[in-house]
Amino acid sequence: MNASRFAIGIDLGTTHTALAALDVSLASAAPAVLGVPQLVARGTLDRNELLPSFIYFGHASEGSLALPWDAERSYAVGAYARIRGAESPGRVVASAKSWLCHPTLDRRSALLPLAAPEDIEKISPVEASFRYLDHLAEAWSFDHDGAALGGEDVILTVPASFDAAARDLTVEAAYAAGLENLTLLEEPQAALYAWIEAQGARAHELLQPGDLVLVIDIGGGTTDFSAIAVLDDAGKVELRRVAVGDHILLGGDNMDLALAHGVAEKLGRDGKTLDRWQMSALGFACRAAKEQLFSEAGRASVPVVVPGRGSDLLGGALRSELTRDEVERSLVDGFFPNVDAAARPATRARAGLTQLGLPYAADAAVTRHLAGFLARQKQATAGLPGFSGAGGLLRPTAVLFNGGVVKASALRERLLQNLNAWLAADGAAPVRVLAGEDPDLAVARGAAYYGLVRRGGGLRIRGGTARAYYVGIESPAPAVPGVEPPIVALCVAPFGIEEGTEAELPPQQLGVVVGEPVQFRFFGSSTRRDDPAGLELERWAAGELEELSPIEITLPAEGRRAGDVVPVHVRASVTPVGTLLIEAVPLEPLAPDERWKVELSVRSSPAD
Amino acid sequence: MNEPLPSFGTRFALAWRILFDAGLAARFLKAGEPEAPQLPEPEPIEAAKPAPEPVASRAEQPPSLDPALQLLGLLQREGRFVDFVKQELSSFGDAEIGAAARVVHEGCRRALAEHLTIAPIRGEREGAQVTLDAGYEVSSVKLTGNVKGSAPYRGVLRHRGWRAESIQLPRAVGDHDARVLAPAEIEL
Repeated sequence: MNASRFAIGIDLGTTHTALAALDVSLASAAPAVLGVPQLVARGTLDRNELLPSFIYFGHASEGSLALPWDAERSYAVGAYARIRGAESPGRVVASAKSWLCHPTLDRRSALLPLAAPEDIEKISPVEASFRYLDHLAEAWSFDHDGAALGGEDVILTVPASFDAAARDLTVEAAYAAGLENLTLLEEPQAALYAWIEAQGARAHELLQPGDLVLVIDIGGGTTDFSAIAVLDDAGKVELRRVAVGDHILLGGDNMDLALAHGVAEKLGRDGKTLDRWQMSALGFACRAAKEQLFSEAGRASVPVVVPGRGSDLLGGALRSELTRDEVERSLVDGFFPNVDAAARPATRARAGLTQLGLPYAADAAVTRHLAGFLARQKQATAGLPGFSGAGGLLRPTAVLFNGGVVKASALRERLLQNLNAWLAADGAAPVRVLAGEDPDLAVARGAAYYGLVRRGGGLRIRGGTARAYYVGIESPAPAVPGVEPPIVALCVAPFGIEEGTEAELPPQQLGVVVGEPVQFRFFGSSTRRDDPAGLELERWAAGELEELSPIEITLPAEGRRAGDVVPVHVRASVTPVGTLLIEAVPLEPLAPDERWKVELSVRSSPAD
Repeated sequence: MNEPLPSFGTRFALAWRILFDAGLAARFLKAGEPEAPQLPEPEPIEAAKPAPEPVASRAEQPPSLDPALQLLGLLQREGRFVDFVKQELSSFGDAEIGAAARVVHEGCRRALAEHLTIAPIRGEREGAQVTLDAGYEVSSVKLTGNVKGSAPYRGVLRHRGWRAESIQLPRAVGDHDARVLAPAEIEL
């Protein structure tokens, strides 16, 4: 069925990208992480398992940024690009992935780097993702005598919270990089696959029907929650992903920055100011100091030194210290405060959206986001055999941690302490911890392992789409001045459609004008599990439906008169790759099986 | 025997193992003919754990200087090593030197950890009584004090010794001059 020799897992992260390969022709195959060749300084090539997700556009003054496979390259991807980000930020693209799920702007428009000087041709978030993947593809060919990465089976991970449009755009970037045998996989699922792979046969003993695994994935830039239920399918264990959280732009980088600002403030009180370069060096120094404090329980403080920028190391250095008390206050209590189960993250009104910027989480408290997730998803296991009726919150029985942040045991303990207190108040038992593997590389490894699982063999996680999708139709109600016309949400894609299957065709018709693009408002819901295709929602609870970028249908004029209104049905399916496909099916087709693709999130609504 | 000849990667890995495994080298010599001892196959994905490139063999670089310059450049980049040893220390107090030493120590330690595997040669605690049997690896042990007679030797371990078990250095790419350990910086 499949001729490729390797199953390739790619973790395309906000701050780091990694690739693991599993040779499926070997009986005892295990995923191995590629040491990615990349520039680490000018004219210096090194290998690292992590490829920082940064692009640096070189200036004419420095000549080419040559790679062994391209002597003329004018940009760099990886470690050198990240370093240049602190020295010359206007020439560096960072966090492209966060831009990829920006709800209101055209993610294909060339806008990065935001503050680029004139000699740089800006690129879109999609193109940035393409360049990271392209670098991996080139590195792979370099290491494998020119063999194309696109010839292998590639499993590319995306956050579980990515909406349908962000998935589409990720696939577009991957196709551009030649990755044709592509499948998408949610990152928390990949983390669980890595755990299953590492446990081997023991996984079946450690996961029993009735278990609910909560995956808490806190990376450099984002926080992602998923819940995966363990079911009994006629005597066989079956895994089903039952809930995913919102897209939360909050991660380890925010935390290190918070510590660095605290130390910078202390230095400021002594009359010492830091430039941007020193601030970046301080960030790295604080991260190292934090890790030391977390790993040595007895230490009260760790010195933090920012070296001078000149060649005189002594004399120019700024010296301060990071105390345990500061870490407790700004990091543990700041990002992981003790809250009760009723706590909810603060939300920001969507007023600032005209401003160009990333929609960072308004509330920095991971524990409040977690409490909100568990409460909103309390119905996620309702009706599943082996799960008791819903309490006040979703009740996980086990936790798998993933992402660089949770390497710190103090933070894991704090999360568990809160989670177990909420569960106890709800009358449930405390959770077990599934001991994870290297949390920086687990997602890439798990994705490669999934390539093996897909060929038949091993536990597979099912679940389908994590959202239901709705098209907004203005209802024919009399207009009231000052009140937005009421809108009806027509469900076109129910929750949980599996790869390669189609939703039912809803009976409602939409009118589409031939020859010109017609936009519809588009909504998603991660909690409405039982809405069938064709259901018309007139009202919904606050937060139940989230408005996404609009969708657009353009009917080609062939065979029809431009300007005519053609009635269509809207049908949804999930492609084998794992993206949502919405198609318009005309009531009176001119050809058998006539249908048109509906574009997800083409551009932001006109600004006027 | 119609087996395919070993690939370059296999041969390189083999050379490497012989270099750092005296026992293996001895067996190799005893075999008396160039038939290679049976070795396990190399890693399934050779490139994923790349064998260090024989940088010096690349024709366009000066044969012996490049790895040394790469190592110095690495230590300077990660740990400001050249800055530190080039600066005159006499006018500074211990506190200032200590602060700078943290930067150098942390950075150089990380750089070495990522590029070399350095392991002690002897596993015993320093100060412990040790016995060296005949046939010990002469190149990895230095005898001091009252050195005479023949093995077995009994003595006190004064230093555990270090061995670089693997090394993988960055390499120059493009027309970059590797002698530039750190470029001059001019802020505009």
